[in-house]
Amino acid sequence: MNDLRPRIAVITFPGSNDDQDALLALEQLGADAVTIWHANERLPEVAAVVLPGGFSYGDYLRCGAIARFSPAVKALAEFAARGGLVLGICNGFQILCEAGLLPGTLRPNASLSFICRDVVLRVERADTPFTAGCAPGQRLTIPIKHGEGCWFADADLLAHVEASGQVVLRYQDNPNGSIGAIAAVCNKHGNVMGLMPHPEHAVDSLLGSTDGALILGSLVEAAREVSRRPAVTAAG
Amino acid sequence: MRATVLVRPKPGILDPQGEAVESSLRQLGFSVADARIGRVVDLEVDASDAAAARTEIEQMCEQLLANPLIESYEIEIQA
Repeated sequence: MNDLRPRIAVITFPGSNDDQDALLALEQLGADAVTIWHANERLPEVAAVVLPGGFSYGDYLRCGAIARFSPAVKALAEFAARGGLVLGICNGFQILCEAGLLPGTLRPNASLSFICRDVVLRVERADTPFTAGCAPGQRLTIPIKHGEGCWFADADLLAHVEASGQVVLRYQDNPNGSIGAIAAVCNKHGNVMGLMPHPEHAVDSLLGSTDGALILGSLVEAAREVSRRPAVTAAG
Repeated sequence: MRATVLVRPKPGILDPQGEAVESSLRQLGFSVADARIGRVVDLEVDASDAAAARTEIEQMCEQLLANPLIESYEIEIQA
């Protein structure tokens, strides 16, 4: 183990509601987690950024469509372009798709119901900063809680995403109608990932599964590696 | 200049809202099919003429009002 607690920012939007859980989980897993208000035009010196779940701007227009214009998201785009680690959870995933940092979009669940339960995920890639603590093909039990988690891409985009290995997690039993049963995708460089399931709700055995700690723990470890490299500045 | 933008789910895109409303209409006894739900955006645009307004609204649609991956849009400009 290492004493270094990498600094990870969690951006809070008006309507975010999982930011405190994300902060708590990251702290518990060894990070120095700090909260950033969405109106901040600059990110502090951080090794990674998490966009939490919730209903930013009341999901007006489309989920994530308005949050994309927050000053912090503009700074985040620059951070990501420099290779900074970015994880979007649920509404955070929707924001990253709307911002064009991740492919595809999230649509209302095929069943039209809000689904809140544990799902089983298969790890498609264990070589990303978000899944390095997992084994390829490993099954993870992590809860979902969303009404609009049906990941969609048209045939061309889907083929491209599959061929370039950007699918990181798949549902074992597709709960929401996502194309290709896709639960998590990353960008081409692999430094930005979004997922609909909530790893921050699965880090304590008191609440059931602790498989979420594999995802967030991988991120903390990757952030620690970034923090060890003095040449890389993560300031925005 | 007043304008109205109609945003629709593209053909082939699953529209569970439309399906749910369609099934409710059937329960009311109406014979309906292919109900699709989009949205309407009414706008007042500051533009010199209709063509300029249309160009500007097209940009609005591409950048925010519609998600080109899943939605199509139609612009109506009132003289």
